[in-house]
Amino acid sequence: MNQRIDIQKTYKLFIGGKFPRTESGRYIKWIDKKETTVVNICRGSRKDFRNAMVSARSASSGWSSRTAYNRAQILYRVGEMLEGRREQFMAELTLQGLTNKQAEIEINQSIDRLIYYAGWADKFQQVFSRVNPVSLPYFNFTLPEATGVVAAIAPDDTSLLGFVSIIAPVISGGNSIVILASESRPLCSISFAEVLHTSDVPGGVINILTGYRSELIEHFSSHMDVNAIIYCGNNIDDQKLVETNAALNVKHVIQFPIQDWSNDKHQSPYHILKCQETKTTWHPIGF
Amino acid sequence: MTKKQIWDYSPAPESTDHIQLKDQYDLFINGEFIPAVDGKYFDTINPSNEKKIAEVAEAGKADIEKAVDSAQKAYEKTWSKMHPKERGKYIYRIARLLQEREREFSVIETMDGGKPIRESRDVDVPLAAAHFFYHAGWADKLEYAFPGRVAKPLGAVGQIIPWNFPLLMAAWKLAPALATGNTVVLKPAETTPLTAMKLAEIIQEADLPPGVVNIVNGAGETGKFLVDHGDINKIAFTGSTDVGKYIMKSVAGSGKKYTLELGGKAANIIFEDAPIDQAVEGIINAIFFNQGHVCCAGSRLYVQEGVADEVIAKLQKRMESLIVGDPLDKNTDIGAINSKMQLDKIKMYVKLGKDEGGKVHQTACSLPKKGYWFAPTIFTDVSQSNRIVQEEIFGPVLAIQTFRTVDEVITKANNSPYGLSGGVWTDKGSKIFKVTQDIRAGVIWANTFNKFDPASPFGGYKESGVGSEGGIEGLSGYVNLV
Amino acid sequence: MGSINIQKTKAIDQVNTQERVSRLFSRSIKKESKMQALYLALSMIDLTTLEGKDSEGKVKQLCYKASHLHYKHPGLPYVAAICVYPTMVPIAKKELEGTGINVASVATAFPSGMADINAKLDEVKSVVDAGADEVDMVISRGRFLNGDYDYVSDEISQVKDACGKAHLKVILETGELVTLDNVQLASDIAMEAGADFIKTSTGKVSPAATPPVVLTMLEAIRDFQLKTGKKIGMKPAGGIGTAKQAIQYLVMIKETLGDEWLSPNLFRFGASSLANDILMQIMKQSTGQYQSKDYFSID
Repeated sequence: MNQRIDIQKTYKLFIGGKFPRTESGRYIKWIDKKETTVVNICRGSRKDFRNAMVSARSASSGWSSRTAYNRAQILYRVGEMLEGRREQFMAELTLQGLTNKQAEIEINQSIDRLIYYAGWADKFQQVFSRVNPVSLPYFNFTLPEATGVVAAIAPDDTSLLGFVSIIAPVISGGNSIVILASESRPLCSISFAEVLHTSDVPGGVINILTGYRSELIEHFSSHMDVNAIIYCGNNIDDQKLVETNAALNVKHVIQFPIQDWSNDKHQSPYHILKCQETKTTWHPIGF
Repeated sequence: MTKKQIWDYSPAPESTDHIQLKDQYDLFINGEFIPAVDGKYFDTINPSNEKKIAEVAEAGKADIEKAVDSAQKAYEKTWSKMHPKERGKYIYRIARLLQEREREFSVIETMDGGKPIRESRDVDVPLAAAHFFYHAGWADKLEYAFPGRVAKPLGAVGQIIPWNFPLLMAAWKLAPALATGNTVVLKPAETTPLTAMKLAEIIQEADLPPGVVNIVNGAGETGKFLVDHGDINKIAFTGSTDVGKYIMKSVAGSGKKYTLELGGKAANIIFEDAPIDQAVEGIINAIFFNQGHVCCAGSRLYVQEGVADEVIAKLQKRMESLIVGDPLDKNTDIGAINSKMQLDKIKMYVKLGKDEGGKVHQTACSLPKKGYWFAPTIFTDVSQSNRIVQEEIFGPVLAIQTFRTVDEVITKANNSPYGLSGGVWTDKGSKIFKVTQDIRAGVIWANTFNKFDPASPFGGYKESGVGSEGGIEGLSGYVNLV
Repeated sequence: MGSINIQKTKAIDQVNTQERVSRLFSRSIKKESKMQALYLALSMIDLTTLEGKDSEGKVKQLCYKASHLHYKHPGLPYVAAICVYPTMVPIAKKELEGTGINVASVATAFPSGMADINAKLDEVKSVVDAGADEVDMVISRGRFLNGDYDYVSDEISQVKDACGKAHLKVILETGELVTLDNVQLASDIAMEAGADFIKTSTGKVSPAATPPVVLTMLEAIRDFQLKTGKKIGMKPAGGIGTAKQAIQYLVMIKETLGDEWLSPNLFRFGASSLANDILMQIMKQSTGQYQSKDYFSID
């Protein structure tokens, strides 16, 4: 009989709001456990990371100067778009080894997490600012301010929820991000790029690379224009490398050991605060 | 008579053929529209042409009983048992549905209340949607709002709102109440029930569990039944100071919580070193925006003597370019006065001001024959003792005084039983911080006026009320902190 | 020679200025008032070509367009003027003879203004001798930003003298001045020193004319009139390409200065592609159909 041949998906990188292939032309062959599906993932290079950094930097000032309400609405829209693509993500999550039930829970939680952080975008400032009662006639106030560009190594043990849990607080706080997807479960991150692309998120605010941690972690952690580095994992050598390299330009270092992201105690406005600077301003009070 | 111009603006009417409006609206109780028990209806008219728009059911005591009962049951059985983040999602739905229907709501708001379409389109409706959106996010985050305390909802709350920003006031009341886990019985003002009814339709569409929000229409008596109902744990009221005081007396001894947002007579202060052209625009926004039907209106102008002539001359010139007319015309700046009653009150005060020796200046605009209209008006040669300087007029009438020194003007600004808002215009930063520190009012605008945001608390000192709306402070009125 | 009392320069709030702009731009101009505005805007255009690659042929073609905007719609006004580089003045003068359209020439080392004062004055005199009706000069921005206001003012006065009967537009190059306070101050200096018109930009620097800058300049003109009784004209230049923008500026003029300024004697648009967009809108208004660029001559 005439069987319809389906069109197989090419998984590319997501940089500057566009979907380029890796400039190195290399690939990683990803195969599911049942050995039914083979996907060629881009083996991202340091030059891809460099290009992503340029995009992230140029997008960061525009993103942080938008109103908090606008960022909140955009993040909410990301949630809307992800909700609309449940089936696509279900298929990828089950392909990567989850049961249907587990996949459904992971999608629900990922969407809810996005909505959670969308709701913080225009509120964390109220929780974390202060007017300070200095003992001189000055109006003295402290505000959080986005740190700028964040480089992140996503958790390896989850394809979607951990990934979303890292990105959402960073951009809710007004930063831009370059994130390296899970090495063993990369599919959902690239599909997530499609969600971002349809969500009014400006190009360059979120950049997604796939590739080998071992090749890229050096560059993620040593780049002199990165303001904060997030590392997710339990590898002691990697943790130490990140901290050592961070010293080059005094990056903020955020470490997340392997944890169960489905537990709501792992969502918090304090994750937003981790990528914020603190600014205190003085102004005289007097005629 | 207006001068002949080289170039006049042609009529630019907003189209109304896309709106959906019923001839009759019933009470929204327990998720359904039902008639009042005694079958009474009252008319709502368009104040720009006095034509009837629709009939609205009038809630009597029995209907209030039903509504409160429904709110209570919904609280106990459904709303309080729901995970907070799911409550938040319902409120997000309302926000998004309102955004989708913005134009329709703007047109109906203008028809029912008289405010220009440009205001309802650009300010009222978007701000109302923003209020729902902002508060939706708080639903599952209350543990961060009050250090050291757990925020527990109150149960079923009663809310009474005024006619000057009908939809926006509904949003200001509903959003925080729902976000903090309460259920609601809301009574809109009797001259402007329609956008609340349309909001009820959105609430149905959002699939909000029945009884979580109930909307009942009526006048003072309906409000009284709501305030007096024993199962209502809290009253939120925005309206006149007189009614606010009445409510306080009514609930005395009952243990009911209340927040009141009452009248004002704000001082708008212009210093010599102010950005003068922008300050003149600020005066216009402060008193003529929304026909002066604004509790926080800058209705007392204090201008430093050295720049008084320049400011007043520029103000009079600027007033000439205000367009008074059909609220549905996109170029209209000043719409209709909301009701005959309010128009009579304004006329009474202006006559009083003249009788007391004030000098009047009004723009030379032609007013339509049908409908309720009043031209923008300023008074000079008045002082603190004039009644039009002390009492709230709630219309497009500004009382202007001069001052010489900064301490003089601070004293005069505070010399009022009201304390809702104030404005300060100066180029000097330290003066802003000092003057705003010394003025006894709940909202102070520096080099601007009449700015609102869901994240920014709004509430008055003294007879302007108790409690705040908006921001974290606004949440506290709807919870017990244990 | 003019001089400025700096303490008296008024305070300006940028945020409020932008809000006033937004309020003005929310006016809805339709039907007859739109058609009127389109015709009016057309009559206020200084059709401009200021390219290094301009030639005799280019200028001749532009001059023809100036008085033959769109033969398919009779009764259209002519533009107010053609604006060209000094070497093109004689050609423009010849082509426009009998049309009543003015010849405006840039001068004073346009666009940078970086030349000796005598060289600048010579240039002004030569374009006036060649028949220019209007002179568009640039102020010395470096000197201005340096605080040397006396120099800036003196230079303008000298150029004004050299203009003779030609009327003088003073280009502030507001994009380089950056703040509205500077725009306000430069406007005052220019008007006190004898400008007939104050103009925003050379069109060679971005940003060129922006709404808050234009509003600030109109308010400065208003204050100058209140103080001295004199009416000074205004010209935004650069970045105005659509009829919609032009109409928004007409609203701004009307509600800031009054209907008196709605005339080519007191207001000009420095633009090149604006004319065709206005023509397209005129055709749309009269036929009811949206237009295509193919039907309007491009010179």
